[in-house]
Amino acid sequence: MALSKPVRTIWDIPREERFAPGHTMCQGCGAAIIMRHLTKVIGKDAIIVQATGCVEVTTTAFPRTSWLNPWLHLAFENAGAGASGVEAALKALKRKGVIDPNRKIKVVAIAGDGGTFDIGLQSLSGMLERGHNVMYVVYDNEAYMNTGIQRSGATPLGAWTTTTPVGKKMRGELRPKKDLIGIALAHRIPYIATASPAYPTDMVEKLRKAYETEGPSLVHIISPCTPGWRIRNEDTIKVARLAVLTGMWVLLEIVNGKPRVTVKVPKRKPVREYLKLQGRFRHLTDEEIARIQKMVDEYVEEINRWVGEQAIGPVEE
Amino acid sequence: MSLTLEKKEEKKEGLKQVIGRRIAATGNYAAALAVRDADIDVAAIYPITPQVQIAEKIAEFVADGELDAEVIHVEGEHSALSAVVAAAATGARAFTATSSQGLEYMHEILYIASSLRQPVVMALATRALSAPINIWNDYADAFGMRETGWIMLFSENVQEVYDNLVQAFRIAEHPDVLLPVVVTLDGYILSHTVEPLEPLGREEVLSFAPKRPRGYRPVLDPDYPITVGTLGTPHWYYEAKYQQVVALRESKRVIEEAGREFGKKYGREYGLIEKYMMDDAELAFVSLGATASLVKAAVDRLRKEGVKAGMIKIRVLRPFPADEIAEALENVEAWATLNRAISYGAAIEEPLFTEIAAALAVRGIVKPMASFVHGMGGRDIFVREIVEMYKKLDEIRRSGRRVKRTYFWGVKGHDPEEDQAM
Ligand SMILES: Cc1ncc(C[n+]2csc(CCOP(=O)(O)OP(=O)(O)O)c2C)c(N)n1
Ligand code: SF4
Ligand SMILES: [Mg+2]
Repeated sequence: MALSKPVRTIWDIPREERFAPGHTMCQGCGAAIIMRHLTKVIGKDAIIVQATGCVEVTTTAFPRTSWLNPWLHLAFENAGAGASGVEAALKALKRKGVIDPNRKIKVVAIAGDGGTFDIGLQSLSGMLERGHNVMYVVYDNEAYMNTGIQRSGATPLGAWTTTTPVGKKMRGELRPKKDLIGIALAHRIPYIATASPAYPTDMVEKLRKAYETEGPSLVHIISPCTPGWRIRNEDTIKVARLAVLTGMWVLLEIVNGKPRVTVKVPKRKPVREYLKLQGRFRHLTDEEIARIQKMVDEYVEEINRWVGEQAIGPVEE
Repeated sequence: MSLTLEKKEEKKEGLKQVIGRRIAATGNYAAALAVRDADIDVAAIYPITPQVQIAEKIAEFVADGELDAEVIHVEGEHSALSAVVAAAATGARAFTATSSQGLEYMHEILYIASSLRQPVVMALATRALSAPINIWNDYADAFGMRETGWIMLFSENVQEVYDNLVQAFRIAEHPDVLLPVVVTLDGYILSHTVEPLEPLGREEVLSFAPKRPRGYRPVLDPDYPITVGTLGTPHWYYEAKYQQVVALRESKRVIEEAGREFGKKYGREYGLIEKYMMDDAELAFVSLGATASLVKAAVDRLRKEGVKAGMIKIRVLRPFPADEIAEALENVEAWATLNRAISYGAAIEEPLFTEIAAALAVRGIVKPMASFVHGMGGRDIFVREIVEMYKKLDEIRRSGRRVKRTYFWGVKGHDPEEDQAM
C-alpha cells in the first residue's frame, strides 16, 4: 500500500523496507537514502522506470536486485519516454478492461542529474508537456558519478570534477547550476518540489504528494555523493542539511504554480560552512567563496520575492 | 493484380473505398489499416517523410473512434521507440513507424528492444540517409539495422505491407519468439503509390494474430514484480546474448508457419524467400523490397528473348534465410545481387552479396557471381538496366572471370567496369 496519510513526524514514515540491502552503493550515498524512502512511499502498486546511472548499476547486477517493484531500465536519456510508454499502456489496458480500471498503479521515473538536466532533458520535457501521469524523481549528486565524477549541467559554480579540474588557468566549474525547477515550471505541471534527505519528513511528504498528484510531478532531491563531493561517509546528512541552512538548496513546493518554502531558514549560515566540508570546493579562495555567497544571497532574495515572504533570512555568522 | 473499381462509396486521401473487399490504397495507408485492424493499444508517432501518413492515419483512426489506442505524440524517435518498448513491457500491443534519420536517431534503442525481448512492431518506409539529405528511397536505413536483433520483413507491394504487418504482430508476440519486428515499405515507391489492397478487417486479423496469446503475462506487473534491464556483468551478459541468437534463429519456424497459415486462410502464401522463374533458371538475381518487382519485369523480358533468367526475392532479411537461398541457387550457373544499399569500405560493398556468398561458401557452393548497386537516394532503376545487368552476369559466366568488386550501376559518367580494375 502506498503511503496515503500526510507525514508530519518521523513516525508517519512507513516501517516496511522495500529497498533491499545488498546493493553496491557507496557507504554514505545520499541516493541510497532517497531510494529507501521513495520505495516506502510508493508501495507495491508502482512501476519504476529508471535511467542509467549510479543507482541503476548498483542495484541490479544480475541475478540480484534491490527492487521489490516492477522495474524497467532502458537507457540513460529516456526515463521520461519509458515512463510515458508505461503510463500510456496502463491507460489503454484499463480502458480496454485488461487491467482493472479501478486499480491505481503509479508510474515513477527515477534519474540522476545527468539523465535529467542534460541528456534526458528532451525526454523529460516531452513527458511533462504531454501531461503523463508520472512522478519523476531526480536524485541530484551534481555530476556524472557513475562514469567517475564528470561535470553535468547540475554541477555548481566552482566545484571540482574530473572534467572541471583545478588547474593554473581554470579552477573548477565555471558556470552556476542549471535551473531545473524553472524548466519544470515552464511546463506548468501541477506539482514540483525540492527536497533533501536531511529533512526526511519533508522529503517523504513531498514524495507522497507527488505520488498523489494526477498528472506529471517532479521532485528534485539533493543527493550528496561521498567520493564525488569528497566528503566523509558520515557527513552525508550534515552536508545535505547545511545545503539547506546556507540557502544553497531551498526546500520548495510549487503546487499548480504557487510556490511555498516548506522549511524556513530564519537565520542563514554562510556558504563557507557548506563548502568547507567538501573536498570538491577545497581549492576555493576567499574571493571565490565571496562570489558564491553573493550568488546565493541573490538567489535567496529571488526566492523570497517569489514566495512573497522572508522565508530564508539573512546570513548570521 | 488488376483493379476493378466498382462504385465509389467514399474518397479519402490515400484511399478509395469500393464495394467488396478490394480497395485502392497507398503503402502508408495500408500500414495504418493493418495497425488499426490489429487493434494496437499504444502508438508512438513522430513525423518523417515518407512515413508521415502512417502517423497521421493512426491519429485519424483514433480521433474517429475507429481505433481505441493511446497515441503518444513523442518529441523524437528515440523517445518513440523507448515509449513503445516500455508500453510492450506493460502488456500493450505497441507500434511505431519511422524512416531514415528517424531510424538512426532511435538506433540505440533498437538493440534494447530486441535484447529486452519486447515484441514491438515497427513500419519502416525505407529512405536514403543524410548527407546529403535526401527523402527518396533506398535501403541504407534498413541495412544499417541488420545487427540490431530485429526480425526484418521486406515488402514488395502495398498488399505485402498490410500482410507483413498482420503477420508481424503474430510473430513478434509468439511466446517462442518475443522479438521486435520491422516491416519495410519502399519510400514513395510503396509508401505513396496507390495499389489494390484487400484488407482483412479486424475480426480476421485478430483471429490470425490474437492479442495476448498463450503464455502471455505483462513483464511489468505489480503482482509479479521483476527487474528488467539489469546490469549484465561479464558473468551473465554473454548468456543473454546467446539466448538472443537462438531466439532469432528459431523465429524462422514461427515466421514460416505464419506465412503458410496466412496462405491457407487468405490465399496469399508467404515464405522466407520467393522464387520467380527459378525452376530452370541459369542466371539468377537476388533482390528485395519493391526492387524485386523490377527484377521480375527484367526476367520476363529476358525470358522472351530466350534467356533462362530467374530471380529470388528475399522477404525475410533477419533471420537470414541462408538454407533457402543456398538451395535456390544450387542449380543456377551464375548469380548476382541487386541492392539499394552500400557497405562503405567492406570486402564487397554491396551488403546482401557478402551474406549470400558466405551462405553459399560454407555449403561448398562456388560459382560465378557478382553484385550490383543501383537506385541510391531514389535514383530510378529501369528494367532495361537490369536486363543489362543480367547480360553482364551472363558475360561473367561465359568468360569465367572473377569479379572482385561491386558494380555501381548508373553513376553519372562512370563505367562500372572501371571499378574492377581498381
Ligand atoms: C547515451 C549514453 N551516453 C553516455 C553514457 C554513459 N553514462 C552512463 S551513466 C552516466 C552518468 C550518469 O550521471 P547521472 O545521471 O548524474 O547519474 P549518477 O551516475 O550521477 O547517479 C553516463 C555518462 C550512457 N550510458 N549512455
Ligand atoms: S558514487 Fe556517489 S552517487 Fe554513486 S553510489 Fe557512490 S556515493 Fe552514491
Ligand atoms: Mg549525477
